[in-house]
Amino acid sequence: MVAVVGSNELGRRLDAQWERPRGLVGWLATVDHKEIGIRYLVTAFSFLVIGGVEALIMRLQLARPNAALLDPAEYNQLFTMHGVTMIFLYALPILSGFSNYLWPLLLGTRDMAFPRLNAFSYWVFLLSGIFIYVGFVTGHGPDAGWFNYVPYTSRAYDPGPNIDIYALGMVFFGISTTVGAVNFIVSLFKTRAPGMSVNRVPIMVWGTLTASFGNLAAVPAVSLAFLMLWLDRQFGTHFFDVEQNGRPLLWQHLFWMFGHPWVYAIVLPAMGIVSDALPVFCRRPLVGYTAVALSTVATIVLGFGVWLHHMFATGIPPLGLSFFSAASMAIVIPSAVAVFAWIATIWTGRPVRATPFLYFAGFVFLFVVGGVSGFMTAAVPLDWQLTDTYFVVAHIHYVLLGINVFPVLGGIHFWFPKMTGRLMSERLGRWSFWITFTGFNVAFLPMHLTGLLGMPRRIYTYPAGVGWDGLNMLTSIGAFVVALGVLLVVVNVIRSLKSGAIAGPNPWDAPTLEWATSSPPPPYNFLVIPTVASRHPLWENRLDETGERSSTRVGPALDHGREILRTTPLDAEPDGSVHMPEDSLLPLVTALVMLAGFAALLAHHWWLALAAAIGTAICTLVWLTPARPATLGAP
Amino acid sequence: MPRPRLTAIAFVVAVAPVAGIATPLSYLRTYGPAADPITTLGWGLGLIASFVCAIVGVLLLAAIFRSRPEPLDAAGRPVLQRDAGGMQFVYVGVGLSAIVLFAATVWTLITLSAVAAVPNTVAAGIHVVGHQWWWEVRYEGTTRSPGFTTANEIHVPVGAPVRVEVTSPDVIHSFWVPQLGGKLDVVPGQRNVTWLEAAQAGVYQGRCAEYCGLQHAHMALTVVAVPAEQFEAWLAREAADADAQALGALPGAANFEARCAACHTVRGTTAHGIVGPDLTHVATRRTLAAGTLPNDRVNLVRWIAAPQDLKPGCRMPRLGLPADELDRVAAYVERLH
Repeated sequence: MVAVVGSNELGRRLDAQWERPRGLVGWLATVDHKEIGIRYLVTAFSFLVIGGVEALIMRLQLARPNAALLDPAEYNQLFTMHGVTMIFLYALPILSGFSNYLWPLLLGTRDMAFPRLNAFSYWVFLLSGIFIYVGFVTGHGPDAGWFNYVPYTSRAYDPGPNIDIYALGMVFFGISTTVGAVNFIVSLFKTRAPGMSVNRVPIMVWGTLTASFGNLAAVPAVSLAFLMLWLDRQFGTHFFDVEQNGRPLLWQHLFWMFGHPWVYAIVLPAMGIVSDALPVFCRRPLVGYTAVALSTVATIVLGFGVWLHHMFATGIPPLGLSFFSAASMAIVIPSAVAVFAWIATIWTGRPVRATPFLYFAGFVFLFVVGGVSGFMTAAVPLDWQLTDTYFVVAHIHYVLLGINVFPVLGGIHFWFPKMTGRLMSERLGRWSFWITFTGFNVAFLPMHLTGLLGMPRRIYTYPAGVGWDGLNMLTSIGAFVVALGVLLVVVNVIRSLKSGAIAGPNPWDAPTLEWATSSPPPPYNFLVIPTVASRHPLWENRLDETGERSSTRVGPALDHGREILRTTPLDAEPDGSVHMPEDSLLPLVTALVMLAGFAALLAHHWWLALAAAIGTAICTLVWLTPARPATLGAP
Repeated sequence: MPRPRLTAIAFVVAVAPVAGIATPLSYLRTYGPAADPITTLGWGLGLIASFVCAIVGVLLLAAIFRSRPEPLDAAGRPVLQRDAGGMQFVYVGVGLSAIVLFAATVWTLITLSAVAAVPNTVAAGIHVVGHQWWWEVRYEGTTRSPGFTTANEIHVPVGAPVRVEVTSPDVIHSFWVPQLGGKLDVVPGQRNVTWLEAAQAGVYQGRCAEYCGLQHAHMALTVVAVPAEQFEAWLAREAADADAQALGALPGAANFEARCAACHTVRGTTAHGIVGPDLTHVATRRTLAAGTLPNDRVNLVRWIAAPQDLKPGCRMPRLGLPADELDRVAAYVERLH
């Protein structure tokens, strides 16, 4: 079954096996990781734009003291939705988009390990986002901040459906994250091309893998917390009920045990994007691959031991705080490994200053600014001053825009040619970078000072004469400049879709497997399963470090129905083939039934909720019923 | 990338704090032993942080723009190569970072031990209760004066530590007087304790720092530090009941009783409400409605007339008093010295 590339007949056969049916049903039923990846990207980016518009409205309110554009109830929903949108509906899903699109291409296979689960994960993400937003547009959005502290969120103080929508929406959303994480983990360990031992996978894969392990361990804490809160609100349980000796800090522990690993989960894959793509523009491999890969793992491990630094001011005894303070200092070290590896890569390389490079280099600087302000908040007594002021707001924006949005924008410019077959405009790209970068620093660098001058976060207005006016105006101006930059990216994407120059398979002369196939890739990704001999399969001839060569031309064809090659977890030795599922509407149907169930819980239609639970079980059973093998006698 | 950013950093690091240092909630300069070690630590870590940003910025620019040979391969592309020496950056950079982080941790713990413990002997004990959206302040009784309750304004003697216990009957708040110390969350079901001490006489601003609902923005408090003898005099004045006889003779007395007494207390009169702030000596306070307005006649009338316009969502209802009654009530409240 070994085939040589060049066979048109093989391509036609694979096309027939892997291409999805045309039409709406085919579109809804597809399990192609590339289509799902692009859907993740488009949906998450749309949430970024929505969350950005929310931010702009708040910045109009805060531009001047004593403004009355928004009343406090509106402002509170806006800042909460801004946080929920950016942290949950944008930051992780956008990275899942890149990973879903890229993993099978990076790993040299034809799909994720569980393609239907992948589709399901997307639909649940979309529907849970819609669920939360339906609350918001009907005036019942969550309004207690994205970390939703009890007892403010108990029914006594927040009696509307706002918090119930958030609680149920987050439990629903957690299902998407969890199944997505499982899929990434299994895909990594079972589907890599032969020869791609774990020390040859791209850093982005390390990033998404560690983030996935982190999410598997962290998401249950928050799903549990939201479930308990919902039970408190609806059935009078006493988990957080102070009157009955419930403890407000229990919520904070559960939330931050999830929350802190989560913030690493939403930056590690983005750091991986930079670790893989920055070296392409430096014309050399990444400095310190092993160190960077291990630092990625170390970050998530340490990331589970620092949650208390969100709670330094809650009255926990100083001895306990000291340990978490020290751990929060220690977690800087793996980040420092990555930063110096990136700088060394640029220093010892020959930088080509294309748009993606600008975003990645800009990212390195923003990462350091966000890192050192985090270092300041790790100091317990200093945090007693800094926490809950705009200093922390500045910090989180340097971290999340700097470490997530900038790599994402760079990644969009970098992989757009692969996804569409066309290059984005360099001219517009440079403009977008400089505008975004300038606007970002104008908005958020002075915000540190706003915090040092004592402005607390989450206030809908502030008085004149306490030194905050000018700084807030500056931040508001900067925010609109950032918006202009992001708008330019959108314009660039839309224009380039139609009129971009044809890219060819490898426009950046990059080393990894996704660039070995055509742009955009065929539904089956690779005509034959590649064999990998190094970390840089497409640079081997020129780096010439070992005698071995990867092959993307000769390999197993696997053309008996949808099949992928299964390999061993560490060394990626071939270990048999796996039949992959056909396209199916089941993921969408299951997600819709679950949505109906969550809506029924919200509306107290208990019988409908029970029916939806049974429906979900039936869908799952149908889903798990094996189809008859497409071809008999295949191994 | 270079100039605008460096200029901005220079501005923020050097110029702006100097201008902002004297603003009322800035903790770039502080005025007491519970805050000063933190301020020193903050400046220290802040300078380290700025220095690190500067070094990385310069390194990055140098890495990008340093001149180097740009050999092309046969296909006209820049040559690919794996230069040695890259790991030196990682070794040196991470090594130096680790040293700095270790030193910072030690400094942090030293500072923590300097400010965390409440001194054994204090000049006064205060129990601060965070409400949506105002501060109840209860002074513990001493041998010299009985305990009493006031609101939104704390008086302390200069140069002596004061113990502050914070609790909440509703949601989480955070007690914060930046120029005298760090925050302490006010958590329902929990008794948290902190302390503050003002090294010089003055009026210090405080605010609720944990999001607590609609009027989190208008939940301020004031700390007034005065010399010890003035403090003692203030304690005696505040502990005293209102002059019921003089007040009872005012035309607004009946109106106040009818309109306000269900929620507010004026000690010595029949007003015993406990929903809102104690008003026994409200006329001596600097602000109204937890720092929302300066306390003068005009604002007092505005506040009583339309609390929901000035602090939307607050617990004080719109009473809809006719103008003459409003005037009488305001005149009565003005007499609560």
